[in-house]
Amino acid sequence: MSFDPVVTFGTIAAAALIGLGVGNAIDGTSPRSRVPVAAAELVTLTAGSYEHPQPGEFLKDNRPIPAPVAKETIDAPLEIMKFQVTASDYDRCVSDSACKPADSRIVGDVPVTGVSFLDAQAYANWLSEKTGETWRLPTDVEWAYVAAERFRADIEAGEGDPADPARRWLALYRNEAALGRKADPEPRPPGAFGANTKGVADIAGNVWEWTSTCYAHVTMSSDGARIANSVSNCGVHVVEGFHRTYMSNFIRDGKSGGCAVGTPPDNLGFRLVHDSGGFLQATFRRLGLT
Amino acid sequence: MLTRREALLGSVLTAVAVAAVGPAPAMAAAKDVAGLPREKVTLVAPPFVHAHDQVAKGGPKVVEFTMKIEEKPTIIDANGTQLNAMTYNGSIPGPLMVVHEGDYLELTLINPDTNTLAHNIDFHAATGGLGGGALTLINPGEQVTLRFKATRSGTFVYHCAPGGAMIPWHVVSGMSGAVMVLPRDGLKDEKGKPIRYDHIYYIGENDFYIPRDEQGKFKKYDSAGDNYDDTVKVMRGLIPTHVVFNGKAGSLTGENAMKAKVGETVLIVHSQANRDTRPHLIGGHGDFVWEQGKFANPPAKDLETWFIRGGSAGAALYTFRQPGIYAYVNHNLIEAVELGATAHFTVEGKWDDDLMMQVEPPKAIAS
Repeated sequence: MSFDPVVTFGTIAAAALIGLGVGNAIDGTSPRSRVPVAAAELVTLTAGSYEHPQPGEFLKDNRPIPAPVAKETIDAPLEIMKFQVTASDYDRCVSDSACKPADSRIVGDVPVTGVSFLDAQAYANWLSEKTGETWRLPTDVEWAYVAAERFRADIEAGEGDPADPARRWLALYRNEAALGRKADPEPRPPGAFGANTKGVADIAGNVWEWTSTCYAHVTMSSDGARIANSVSNCGVHVVEGFHRTYMSNFIRDGKSGGCAVGTPPDNLGFRLVHDSGGFLQATFRRLGLT
Repeated sequence: MLTRREALLGSVLTAVAVAAVGPAPAMAAAKDVAGLPREKVTLVAPPFVHAHDQVAKGGPKVVEFTMKIEEKPTIIDANGTQLNAMTYNGSIPGPLMVVHEGDYLELTLINPDTNTLAHNIDFHAATGGLGGGALTLINPGEQVTLRFKATRSGTFVYHCAPGGAMIPWHVVSGMSGAVMVLPRDGLKDEKGKPIRYDHIYYIGENDFYIPRDEQGKFKKYDSAGDNYDDTVKVMRGLIPTHVVFNGKAGSLTGENAMKAKVGETVLIVHSQANRDTRPHLIGGHGDFVWEQGKFANPPAKDLETWFIRGGSAGAALYTFRQPGIYAYVNHNLIEAVELGATAHFTVEGKWDDDLMMQVEPPKAIAS
């Protein structure tokens, strides 16, 4: 058994559910109802570039390497919710029969938790439908840009030693254990973790956030300059928070176990990006035709 | 509804009844024992074990231990779930006591007046007197000393057994531990050849039954007695809310993971005072396993998973051959991952390609 967190959280089972994720997205076209939609407070970030450690697992010359850092560019202003979607926001979608009830039974003005990638996507589709605007999960690149100084990539353990794979396992285990982050399961009211330098609240608090970026195995060229090969698995998505990790689409509670240690997400929630652009574009995006 | 006071009283009455019909202390042996050398041992909290000789030096002796009973709220998982724990010496499980066959184990058990309940101890290693339970029942503010002869070798559970309905409740509140009685000439393989260990770890597995409120959240109680009524209802369902090693999910992981080096031999003593379990070392084996824990029987060899009967302790010996992370689990994997019964070993040393290697890393399927 590997202690790879993705394997721990059931990647193999997840792969079979990729189709389900797509089906769920298409199914978001429920008839409009009278359930009101609260106007979300948005933060608009100006376009810009930054250095970003890539998501996924990386091999070079048949050995694991730390995530390569690439220059990423956000080429248009980015509008994102200042706060995470709250339990009361989410309940409106549930009342409208467009979302499944969250696992967390906490109600009111706290971030919704106990929601899967599929739930988050259903909510985005419902909100887009209700408002006639485009709401979607951020990509890993967008989320990291928004998180700015609070962004922390995967917990790393340096380059693998092909003669001794255990060294990297032990180093990773020690690094995870050394984070020493205590579990903090109780969601707090929006704003409790403060805003970052970009004015976005509760980044890297105790609710991890779903993104629309798929997990991938990436093989780099020998010079490390380009991607030689990449196999992605969209049954597993990037989750961001205190650190970046990967979760199967249907997971609502990201706990640890097996050979993993240390710092599983306390809670799974999300916030959405608002795209300016028409409903047609939104529909295309939902269908994966962008 | 049983109140705390009634629970306490109930246990005392039961115990008095037991004591009245129980056997009197065996005075005959006392004179002979008086001449034996005595050794005082300070216990250490699991998974560690007090220093001891694997092969006995000299003849039988009296080995003295002291344990203080502590009733105290304890956190049993990462979500802060609270158990109103009852503990031997403050730890779950209680400490492992090691003696040799033919030695006398002499325990002074203290029940401080800060506690609210009567307690005792039943040693599965002991003979007669309900394992000592009939001679050790003490109220808060009392202490008692019991001596028993270690007549047979092996790993044995001890637990609190203060009578009737109190017995399972005290046990699933944390009151169990183990004794290891080593053969005087140490452990031996199936052919009688001596075997030694470089490290010993003691793992006590517990099943906990924490009541939930209407919202499904685990309830918190001011004291042990307050939870009795609700807890017994959960216990009678026989489905634990937690199955953990050493008192808490994750107590033997991360910074507290057990350690070994390639080439080192580890003896793992595993007790479960209440419920069956099936330890498995992921990526390793049991080179020599005393599943029932009794060293007079030859060890089983090369086991993948071994079975520890509820109410017993077993021992597994393994020499690590490969570095890395090993998970030591109850191989009911639902109990390991969902309920908490997972521990880790970090093992340093040189990787052996002969035993295993990744011939080709993951890549796209060749078309």
